[in-house]
Amino acid sequence: MSKAPETNQTKGSKGKLTAARIGCYIVLAIVCFLCLFFFYMLIINSSRNTFQIQQGFSFLPGLSFGTNLNNTLNDANIPVVSGICNSLIVSALSAVLATYFSAMTAYGIHAYVFKFKRTAFALILLIMTMPTQISAVGFVNEMQAMGLKDSLIPLFLPAIASPVVFFFMKQYMDSNLPMEIVEAARIDGSGEFHTFNTIVLPIMKPAVAVQMIFTFVGAWNNYFIPALLLDSANKKTLPILIAQLRGADFLKFDMGKVYMLINIAIVPVIIVYLFLSKYIVGGVALGGVKG
Amino acid sequence: MSTGRPPKKGKHISYAKWGYIFIAPFFVVFLIFQLVPLGSTIYYSFFQYFRSGLRIIGPSFVGMKNYISLFQTDLPKYFGNTMLMWVAGFVPQILVALLLACWFTNERLNLKGQRFFKTVIYMPNLIMASAFAMLFFTLFSDNGPVNASLVSMGILKQPFQFLSNVSGARGLVAFMNFLMWFGNTTIVLMAAIMGVDPGLYEAAEIDGASSMQMFWKITIPLIQPIMVYVLITSLIGGLQMFDVPQILTNGQGEPDRCTTTMIMYLNNHMYSKNYGMAGAVSTVLFVMCAVLCLLVYASLTNDNDSARKVRKGSAKS
Repeated sequence: MSKAPETNQTKGSKGKLTAARIGCYIVLAIVCFLCLFFFYMLIINSSRNTFQIQQGFSFLPGLSFGTNLNNTLNDANIPVVSGICNSLIVSALSAVLATYFSAMTAYGIHAYVFKFKRTAFALILLIMTMPTQISAVGFVNEMQAMGLKDSLIPLFLPAIASPVVFFFMKQYMDSNLPMEIVEAARIDGSGEFHTFNTIVLPIMKPAVAVQMIFTFVGAWNNYFIPALLLDSANKKTLPILIAQLRGADFLKFDMGKVYMLINIAIVPVIIVYLFLSKYIVGGVALGGVKG
Repeated sequence: MSTGRPPKKGKHISYAKWGYIFIAPFFVVFLIFQLVPLGSTIYYSFFQYFRSGLRIIGPSFVGMKNYISLFQTDLPKYFGNTMLMWVAGFVPQILVALLLACWFTNERLNLKGQRFFKTVIYMPNLIMASAFAMLFFTLFSDNGPVNASLVSMGILKQPFQFLSNVSGARGLVAFMNFLMWFGNTTIVLMAAIMGVDPGLYEAAEIDGASSMQMFWKITIPLIQPIMVYVLITSLIGGLQMFDVPQILTNGQGEPDRCTTTMIMYLNNHMYSKNYGMAGAVSTVLFVMCAVLCLLVYASLTNDNDSARKVRKGSAKS
């Protein structure tokens, strides 16, 4: 469509278009610079020692990456290794629970006819954008009463009820899951759970993958609720350790270590993102509502 | 349909049963971890219930007293802070997102490397907000590299104290919110613009419309439902603003509590174990979010066509 008018366009308007294009690229370059600059500085600074860092910016990395990494992982005051493990456990379990049970709920509403179907669907849509922070008071007290306060369980178990993931799954089912397949499975004598696990879930694979990434990242980055629940040092997740670092007397700190810890919190997510960016960006465009 | 077997009615009922079984885990977990806590949060808000030293005062019923003291003291200020920082981040976010979305979808411009650009601008959205705030704190601190570079380049005579300056601190929070969310909004708006019938543009082009006219008369009116959706979800996210200002100012809301948000205020009450006041702050937030949630719900269900477009939205944080 764009080719045809160009052939009979005068040189003047063609030149205008090129100028506009150059303008666009310049603005885009500035925007990209803004997005990348801070992360580049983060990675550079995590490879320099405190003295070099205080000299200001440098575009060349230093030689202290290994030292900084070693110092950070072995710091006596900040349990980084257990922090990474806790964050991984919570995020991975959240991702699995949220996607599996949301797909299950969506299938329940998609495939069956029952009395409260419409009510259930409307209720989930209503609470979809409700922030979890507002019930934090009751949540913390309830976990205290249940003996789960200083535990990782209340950080991943509630992921079973993820309205946003549910909504994505429901939308995906509406356009990708013909009920004829389910009917055929029933005629073949497949039980309802068996049908869901062996026929429906594989069809949902792309949606599950995208939502797993979003839920994982959301749980990995979550700070508010874990900070209210976790007390013991070996239970803490990475965002709490970052906050702890911020609270510590700052000047006494080895700056290389500070940057390295931020690095550990951010870079794994970025690496995964760079590999899967096509699906993630596509997921956002398709209705990937992220909490 | 009919299999010839007589217990047809029974078969139907047994399938309905499966519907309930499949949705049960969601609703049980929702009840235990969200609805009951929400109920007790609202319940606490009518009680005097706090810890003073090792003694627990209350819970004793005080009616609306918590709410009255909230509105007479700090809550209006913190609500103002939250809204101010949200607006300062949202306005550039929607403008830049709209501009980029139009460029990316403009067939005449036909920009190359779109996947690269989209990947880069969406990236900050996945960053741990607390780590990002910590990074900004270290970079913009009084003796951090930003100041060191500006001084050594001769732009500044002495370090600029970003974090002790009201507009400096608020500006940094707004800037971070902008940076984290404009890529997401761009992608959402792009999907919206690509959903517009291309025939409209072709017809306008034949009628000799300029690209500005096409933008204002076709694109903007047709993507308006999605813009509203982006606005509401971003507002809900703005009300939840916490990680960035909390870490940037170490929970103090420095300077002079001008970066303290509603959730930071809630967090302070949670830490001092003042559950009555914390409950009241939560309830106020709940009422605000409930109104906004109703608007989202209405926009998702009002008619099929806009629902299909509007779902391409995103909750903000």
